[in-house]
Amino acid sequence: MTAVTVYVPCDAAALSVGAEEVATAISAECAARGIELKLIRNGSRGACWLEPLVEVATAKGRVAYGPVTAADVPSLFAADFLNGKAHQLFLGRTDEIPWFASQQRLTFARVGIVDPGSVADYVANGGYQGLRRALSMTPQAIVQAVLDSGLRGRGGAAFPTGIKWKTVLEQMVEQKYVTCNADEGDSGTFSDRMLMEGDPLCLIEGMTIAGIAVGATQGYIYLRAEYPHAYRALNNAIAAAYQARYLGSDVLGSGKRFDLEVRLGAGAYICGEETSMLQSLEGKRGEVRVRPPLPAINGLFMKPTIVNNVITFGSVPTIIQHGAEAYKNFGMGRSRGTLPLQLAGNIKRGGLIERAFGISLRELLYDYGGGSASGRPIRAVQVGGPLGAFIPASQFDVLIDYEALTAIGALLGHGGIVVFDDTVDMAEMARYAMEFCAVESCGKCTPCRIGSTRGVEVIEKIMKGIDSERNLALLENLCDTMIVGSLCGLGGMTPFPVQSAIKHFREDFRAKAHLLRAG
Amino acid sequence: MKSIPTEELETVRRIVADMKDRPGPCIEVLHAVQAALGYVPAEAVPVVAEALNLSRAEVHGVVTFYHFFRETPPGKHTVHICRAEACQSMGANALVAHARKRLGVDFHETTRDGVFSLEPVFCLGNCALSPAAMIDGQLYGRVTPERFDQLVAENKK
Repeated sequence: MTAVTVYVPCDAAALSVGAEEVATAISAECAARGIELKLIRNGSRGACWLEPLVEVATAKGRVAYGPVTAADVPSLFAADFLNGKAHQLFLGRTDEIPWFASQQRLTFARVGIVDPGSVADYVANGGYQGLRRALSMTPQAIVQAVLDSGLRGRGGAAFPTGIKWKTVLEQMVEQKYVTCNADEGDSGTFSDRMLMEGDPLCLIEGMTIAGIAVGATQGYIYLRAEYPHAYRALNNAIAAAYQARYLGSDVLGSGKRFDLEVRLGAGAYICGEETSMLQSLEGKRGEVRVRPPLPAINGLFMKPTIVNNVITFGSVPTIIQHGAEAYKNFGMGRSRGTLPLQLAGNIKRGGLIERAFGISLRELLYDYGGGSASGRPIRAVQVGGPLGAFIPASQFDVLIDYEALTAIGALLGHGGIVVFDDTVDMAEMARYAMEFCAVESCGKCTPCRIGSTRGVEVIEKIMKGIDSERNLALLENLCDTMIVGSLCGLGGMTPFPVQSAIKHFREDFRAKAHLLRAG
Repeated sequence: MKSIPTEELETVRRIVADMKDRPGPCIEVLHAVQAALGYVPAEAVPVVAEALNLSRAEVHGVVTFYHFFRETPPGKHTVHICRAEACQSMGANALVAHARKRLGVDFHETTRDGVFSLEPVFCLGNCALSPAAMIDGQLYGRVTPERFDQLVAENKK
């Protein structure tokens, strides 16, 4: 009898709800029954609401069961799930589950499909085609392809990636660097983590292409310390890539060098800001640098440096493999390609949805998300992390597009969508936004360092009903000062959630609302 | 102040000697020290500073800038509870209140028996399975107060 192949994710989210116990139970049951098992620990397909999602390879393709707990394992065996038979957790063929089938996966094409640590599996599923093609192109042609694709930085700032690369390419110095900002600190975002855990070689390939394109021989991945699973997955994949000569002194026999190393952050949100990240990579306090000079000219150790987000690099292999045109054909307006959106918080079916730009927020919240987890009406969503605006239900028809969100005073950021039901206290959320800024401010500029603390105090006064109208005016004034006077986005954008909360949910800023809630 | 044992200082010296020639090594060194000792003792700062040709103030500045580095020994287990927005939308504030009460400590404190240290964290990347917590690097999702008690009991054994 040939071995039966079963997939149980090793993604941190799946593990957080018991995937390890499920894997152990399946292995034990197979051993007891004398069944030869090939257990593959894949990444997560992204349907967090179905995790742990167990898949079995059958003659008809991969079929799924979920969410599975260790306690379900005996009944799965009794139902003959190893042959894809029916069970109350049976979901049918994985790729036919509507939640997956309607997605447009380019960057996440292999996540949940492959064994994250296996170069052979990566290559068998289309991996390293982009790098092979890049090695046959001139550096200018690679950079031009990235420019033509319309790819914009997925970390949040949406700056055209090709322009950064072109600037670095044009610097005539010996040492240049490629750095990846994997300090994914925004609440409601986990796409970087999922890619690094589920398809780390995709990031590695993207960074290698960047190095070949601009003539940089050293890459660093700056990873947040809160992601120990991603740290292990990246280091495993980097070791495997060196072994197979996709990294090192002679990448694929081209004579070109590219070395890659993971560096751990140490729990500072500000290090997601690119100049702060460079300071931290140099081993220093993560204090923001004044720009100019731009990192593309004076970056890491004052050398020309590419700084891109995980998803930006992760989008490069498909662009080079299939051409800029193919990528550009997805999307709308100036937002080209696809975006891995993350549906989080109080949502029934949360997880990762990769779609071309242009899908509406409503479609994400209700068609994919199925409404709130609590079953109560959705009152507000925060898009783009802790510095993103709160969006009220009246604006849920907005399209996922950088410009469309800007037009309603919001931002897309890294594509995280945090859902709140009608029990949310928006004055408290505004207070929290200021508190977060006070905790995470690097301290270099006054509007951010002092303004955030004053912001907490003034919102607390408003919540207590002390001179509310005057203090609301003062708060608006403080927000303006922070926006205009801060050095970077932390102080400069913290007012966005505050102002949007006041604008759309002013009723929550009356003291009475708090007395009622306090009961 | 009680000073740290000689062998711990030896560990710090060995780590810094191994790593000092890497580019921008200070944070890497501090991570290695904390991984070995559980924290970064005050006595380690001058040793690291001298080997890296930095001032004590610079090294102290790095230790205190980053939330992850701690200057006191941790409990046997470190419990991180996420305080960020997605977790708040699913009751993280109530979970935090419960955890404080259950463990009898506030954030940045260690239980009297030395078993648990309680720390806040801003996002563990498990935002679709909120509220989230991490115990000694193990991630947990949908942590209700009941599940929290269960996890505490399991780790106490």
